Formats: sequence, C-alpha cells, structure tokens
Amino acid sequence: MAETDLARTEQVERPLSPHLQVYRPQLTSITSILTRITGNALIVAALLIVWWLLAASTSDDYFAMADAVLTSWFGDLVMTLSLWAIWYHYLAGLRHFYFDAGKGLEIETAEKLGWGCIIGSVVLTVITLFLV
Amino acid sequence: MRYLTARKRAEGKGAAGTGTEHFWYMKMSGVGLALIIPIFLVAFGRTLGGDRAEVLDAMSHPAMAILTGLVIFFGLRHYAGGAQTMIEDYAHGMTRRALIIAVTVLSYGMIATGLFALAKIAL
Repeated sequence: MAETDLARTEQVERPLSPHLQVYRPQLTSITSILTRITGNALIVAALLIVWWLLAASTSDDYFAMADAVLTSWFGDLVMTLSLWAIWYHYLAGLRHFYFDAGKGLEIETAEKLGWGCIIGSVVLTVITLFLV
Repeated sequence: MRYLTARKRAEGKGAAGTGTEHFWYMKMSGVGLALIIPIFLVAFGRTLGGDRAEVLDAMSHPAMAILTGLVIFFGLRHYAGGAQTMIEDYAHGMTRRALIIAVTVLSYGMIATGLFALAKIAL
C-alpha cells in the first residue's frame, strides 16, 4: 500500500492547516504582522523624502511643489504616521533580535514585549515630535 | 544514513539558494540602521519645514549628508530584503519573480536618485 501511495504522481487533496481567518487575533500575532506592515508601508515616506530631496537639489519651483506636498496636512499625516511606523518597526526589530537569541518566547514575556512595542512606539513618536 | 560529508550537505544552500545570507543581511542592516535612525529622525524632522536655502544649508553639512546617504542606502536595501520576504510568503511562480525584481529595481532606483540629489546639494 505504502509503495503505491508513494508512486502516485497526481495532485492529491491535502489537509490545510488552520488559516488566518479561523485564528483568534492575539497580541503576539498582531504585533508580528504590524512589523511587516509598518516596514513595507515606510516605502511611502521614503518615496516622498527622496522626491523632496531631488526637488531641493533641482530648483526653487520644483522644491516649492514637493515641499507643499510634504508639509501639507496630508504630508504631515503621512510623516507622523511614518514616524510612528519607523519607531514601531525599530522596537519590533529589537524584539526580533531577542527572539532570535531564543529568549523571551514564553507567552507571558512575549506579550509583555508586544505591549512594550506598542506603548514604546507611541511614546518615542511623541518624544520625537517634541524634539523636532 | 547517507554517505555525505557536512560540506556536501551544505552545498546548494537549500531552497533559497543563498543559505543564511539574506537573513544575516537583514540582521546586519537592522543593527546598523538602529544606530543611526534615531539621530536621522530628529535631524531630518528639524530640516523639514524650512525654506529651500535652509534645507540646502542643513543637508550640505557633511555629517547630515553622510547620515542621510547611509539611511537612504541601507534603509532601502533593508526595505527590499523585507519586501522580498513578504513577497515570497504570499506570491508564487512568475508573479513572485516579477515582484522581487520590481522591489529590487525600485530600491536601487530610489538609492541612485537620493544619492544623486544629496551629492548635488552637498558637493
């Protein structure tokens, strides 16, 4: 029997592991996916900043246009959210180093670290806004 | 038990073809960025909002130009590495390859643009 099973080459219906939709959202899973979302979303701020730098290097008119976008209410919103995103990604990255070392993986500790990322990122965002 | 040496088993370096290189690059660039990002956030935040003369003056300072150049280069390479991991998780086949090429091209294109602008401002 085993031999015939192994010899079968056609696609078989394999059981799927429980998927995202059937998982109750948990602090650990939410803080993990937020790391990915914040990291990838930062491309928006990066595009704006590189464009703004190019404009600054080119001419007064071009700079005026790019600067108007970056310092508009919409630009402020994107930059402020990106500031939070980069601080979140920063703390979550540090947490990843800790996890990679095989530490902090007990549920209680992992959840504490998750809250640390969330609260810490908001605090650091506010501090940065005060400094600039 | 197969008669393979440890070296023979490591050759080809698994499904990714690059072994732990990608993982390690993300760790290294992450540590490097962790050192400079806090300074950059404050320095850039103070520059943003000034008029063009003020911006050019601030960005042409050697420390600021070097810092910004490092953030642009390693930030965007780190981005491309992370985006590639995300793409590999969700996309397959041709779509996967096309998207990885797209983020790689995007990151290098933005690095070249950013460094060109910085050079023009600072030099």
